[in-house]
Formats: sequence, structure tokens, C-alpha cells
Amino acid sequence: MTTPPAGEMPIASNDDVVRIRRTVRTAASAAGLSLVDQTKIVTAASELARNTLVHGGGGSARVEEATDAQGRAGLRIVFTDEGPGIADKEQAMTDGWSTGEGLGLGLSGARRLADEFELESRPGEGTRVVLVKWIR
Amino acid sequence: MERVPILKLGRFLLVSIQIDLEDRTVLTLQEELAEEIVRTGARGVIIDISAVDIVDSFIGRTFSTIASMSRLMDATTVVVGMRPAVAITLVELGLSLDGVRTALDLDQGMRLLEASLDGR
Repeated sequence: MTTPPAGEMPIASNDDVVRIRRTVRTAASAAGLSLVDQTKIVTAASELARNTLVHGGGGSARVEEATDAQGRAGLRIVFTDEGPGIADKEQAMTDGWSTGEGLGLGLSGARRLADEFELESRPGEGTRVVLVKWIR
Repeated sequence: MERVPILKLGRFLLVSIQIDLEDRTVLTLQEELAEEIVRTGARGVIIDISAVDIVDSFIGRTFSTIASMSRLMDATTVVVGMRPAVAITLVELGLSLDGVRTALDLDQGMRLLEASLDGR
């Protein structure tokens, strides 16, 4: 596998979505997340990787360890694309709202499954989504 | 792309998912199941997901589609073996798997299908 900048995993095909799930699973397990929390973060990552591929026209993901101000450890995943971006972020976060043929649960579902969720996007300038899951 | 084999077991079709599901694999399975139901005249479909470690919205929606589709061809679909962590995650994701019957394991799934046929 070729990962251009260190730690960045490409999202250009369905295979890459599966690869990201595996990487997140391994990292979540190594970070010490419970089995349920591992499953939640892998599922959220799968939704966002697919969004990056389908709506963002491809992009990349970075999986890294996270630490909060109190020293609590967790896992952070950052998805980036240079696709068309999202004009109305609030609408995009609504259950059932979809531009494609999906269920519209990708963004809203991923937000519910993560402990922290950040969405940055501007029309024409791509999208960046950050997911964090803390160890309980 | 890997494929999921479809086995015939008496009046039923058995699908045991043992690989990481990519979207194309799931769509291919859906199409092949439709063809196999018609070809074999199967009355039930059992999808064993005991080895599946995540079900996201795409995979979950496909299970619902398979259940609706098989119903139109007079076959009942049962999803068996869902892991507890997967069930918890699906609920939080907001996916209810509408129209999909479930059973704890393969054995109970078979019994459920047989009971639904014998009850007619």
C-alpha cells in the first residue's frame, strides 16, 4: 500500500474503505477502547470513508492517538477531501437527508457513534470531518 | 472483489458471510440471491453474520432490501448471529433493519423458517 504523507491513507476505491475499517479496528483495539466502542468507531469511520469516496470524489483519512486536557486517551480519525463541499451543514447533519442514493445516516449516524465530531466544509473547497472516541 | 457463496440447504438458501464486506460485494450478493431464489424455488434465506464485525448503513440497508426482495418472491429472510456490539451500534446509528427477521443463531433461524412454512 502507498500512503503519500506519513499516516495518510488514500480513499479512492471500495477497497480503501475496507482497509480503513481494518486500520481503525486495529488502532482502536491497541488504544484500549472497549469492544462496543471499537465497533462504534469502526462503523462511524466506514460511513465517513464512504462519504469521502462517494460525495467527496475521494480523499484521505488519518488515524492517530488523541489525548484530552485531562490526559484521557482516545482515537482520532480525520477525513479530508477536496470535493464539492457541503453548502448547508445543518441540513447535511439531519437524519434521512441525502444527495445520493444512501439512507442519509452517514454524517448524523457517525456523529452519534463518536464522542466528538467536527465538520468543516465550504462549497467548492472540500470537506474535513474529525471523529474522536475516548477510552472510558 | 471477493464474493460470498450461496449454499442450498433443503428448501432454504444459506449465506454465511466470512469476509470484510465492501459495497460491491454486498450488491453482488443481493443480485445473486434474487437469481438463486428464482432458480431454486427456495422458500427461505438465512444470512449468517456471526463473523461480521460491523454493519454500517449501506450493509444494513442491503439486508432490508434483500428481505423485501425475497418476500416478493415468496421467500422469508432471516438474519442470524448478530454480535451484541453490532446490535448496539446499529441502534445508535439509527438503523432498525425494517422488515428483517432475526434469530440468535443458525439453529434458531432454521427453526423459525421451518415453523413459518409449516404454519401455512
